[in-house]
Amino acid sequence: MPDFVGWLSYGSFFLVFATAFAIIALGLNLQWGFTGLFNVGVAGFVAVGAYTSALLTTPEVAGRMGGWGWPVAVGWIAAMLTSGFAALLVGAIALRLRHDYLAITTFGIAVTIQLIANNATKLTGGPFGVQFIPKPMQAWLGTGLPWTIAYLVLALSILALSYLALERLVKSPWGRVLRAIREDEHAATSLGKRAFAYRMQSFVIGSMLMGLGGAVYAHFVGYVAPEDFLPILTFQIWAMLIVGGSGNNRGAIIGAYVVWCFWAAAGSLLRDWIPQAEQARAAALQVVLIGTLIAVMLVVRPRGISGEKVSISN
Amino acid sequence: MLQIIADGLIIGSIISLGAIGLSLTMAIVRFSNFGHGEFLGWGGYLALVALTTFTAMNEKWATPIGPFSFSWALLAALVIAAVLTGAMALALDTTLFKRLRKQGSITLVIASFGAALALRNLLLFWQGGVPQYYSQNLQIAIPLLPRSTWGGLRVTPDQLFVFTLTLMSVTALHLFLRHSTLGRSMRATSMNPNLARVAGIDPERVLRATWFIGGLLAAVAGVFAGITVQLRPTMGVEMLLPLFAAVVLGGIGSVWGAVLGGFIVGLAESASVSIVGAEYRAAAAFFVLILILLFRPNGLFGEKD
Repeated sequence: MPDFVGWLSYGSFFLVFATAFAIIALGLNLQWGFTGLFNVGVAGFVAVGAYTSALLTTPEVAGRMGGWGWPVAVGWIAAMLTSGFAALLVGAIALRLRHDYLAITTFGIAVTIQLIANNATKLTGGPFGVQFIPKPMQAWLGTGLPWTIAYLVLALSILALSYLALERLVKSPWGRVLRAIREDEHAATSLGKRAFAYRMQSFVIGSMLMGLGGAVYAHFVGYVAPEDFLPILTFQIWAMLIVGGSGNNRGAIIGAYVVWCFWAAAGSLLRDWIPQAEQARAAALQVVLIGTLIAVMLVVRPRGISGEKVSISN
Repeated sequence: MLQIIADGLIIGSIISLGAIGLSLTMAIVRFSNFGHGEFLGWGGYLALVALTTFTAMNEKWATPIGPFSFSWALLAALVIAAVLTGAMALALDTTLFKRLRKQGSITLVIASFGAALALRNLLLFWQGGVPQYYSQNLQIAIPLLPRSTWGGLRVTPDQLFVFTLTLMSVTALHLFLRHSTLGRSMRATSMNPNLARVAGIDPERVLRATWFIGGLLAAVAGVFAGITVQLRPTMGVEMLLPLFAAVVLGGIGSVWGAVLGGFIVGLAESASVSIVGAEYRAAAAFFVLILILLFRPNGLFGEKD
């Protein structure tokens, strides 16, 4: 019996992370899968959301801004708003220019956000990050397995809501315009659709989901630090989307669980096989594995596990 | 004041050399290679390995040349590392990018992002995370101007060497692109790939040359970073944003643009250290990038699309 509880507790722990990643992957799928916007700064937008919610909901700390102890739900909404606002700024600069420039600009904003998280100690707590982020419902359920499961249910419902909302959006005329712009911008423009405005909406909504995913992650772990939002995070999310199949919301979700499973399995295998002294170096191999996975996937199966459904005849 | 400019020109030399290769790749292979920074890192470390091998063979080879901190062995190691990194860039193209070229430029960008991560972590696995140096000799900076004149100016012989060799490399590349047949085919492909093909230029040969030259220059930049600063496995990704800023600033495909862009970004970085402090140095490149995208998205020397 204790073994079963151990498994259940590890399993639900694992699933909460995967679910937070799935929410972020849905955001990226809207940007890349449906609109063709290449965002290399996913980690930056996730960090903005996680930090926003953390700063608003934590108890007061001397020498740091925020700490107003607001309700968690308010923190999550604020997380979406600030991430969306960050996307608005980036989009205003880069969405009118050629595709590569969005990639470079988002990369730059992620680097800058990482710098701010590390150095603006009064705002972000510096390298030590923000501690004591409130865990919702813990007052009733304690710190054990029941709480983990309750949080998993909460995270899953947010994922389900996001999924349903996105499915409606991409099947609506709005979603069709996005795909039209992605496929042939000139044709869409000639039909009177303002490509820039649609791109901007998609970019902002996608980034809001990333911020929400970041907040879900932050309130589960209970603390955030700059090293949680390194470029590897961006890359994991991309791997999830590519493995699952971009342009398909279900694919994005499946990809999140599959890749996170692969990542965790690779990590624990390397820990078992490689002697204690070499563990730090072994962690690097884990990243090499996932880098290779994405490259192989692109070459062998570019449409992912379940790619986009073709909605028109070829 | 003068010191800030001098420091900026040294950082700028390293950025310029890296940016030229990136700019050529973006113009000729037609995608933003997020793995380009890793060529700098690998170049720097390959030179370190070659250097250690040389000095293990004969200790006399470790004797510094004149006023510099490094020996002839490092210069030989530089050549070897540059050729190996060029070969590595070629190998990466053959195994990965070549297969994806038909899927469009954005797929290439994603693949390069993955390749960068794999390459960087392989380097970390191989060499460990502790910063390394080519030489333990400390260099005394020579005061060129006293403190009374514009805050004074002190430079080390190594820095002068890096700056001079950068200018020489860029001039050599310029002559190559202007006068050699291969260089002219590269420029032609960059301007109009279809017309170049009609004129009988072998596009695959041009692409191979582009990768090799890009890797070569990146390795030189990496070694220079190792001489003037230090070697870290993360140096590649840390250089990436300055490289992109320099390329966009100079205009994609323009060699002199990349050089000028590199120096401007270098100056901005060194000025930012004294204005907002060293911890935000990396954001200087982003700031320059935003300005150029807002006001002149085609770069200083770029052509309109």
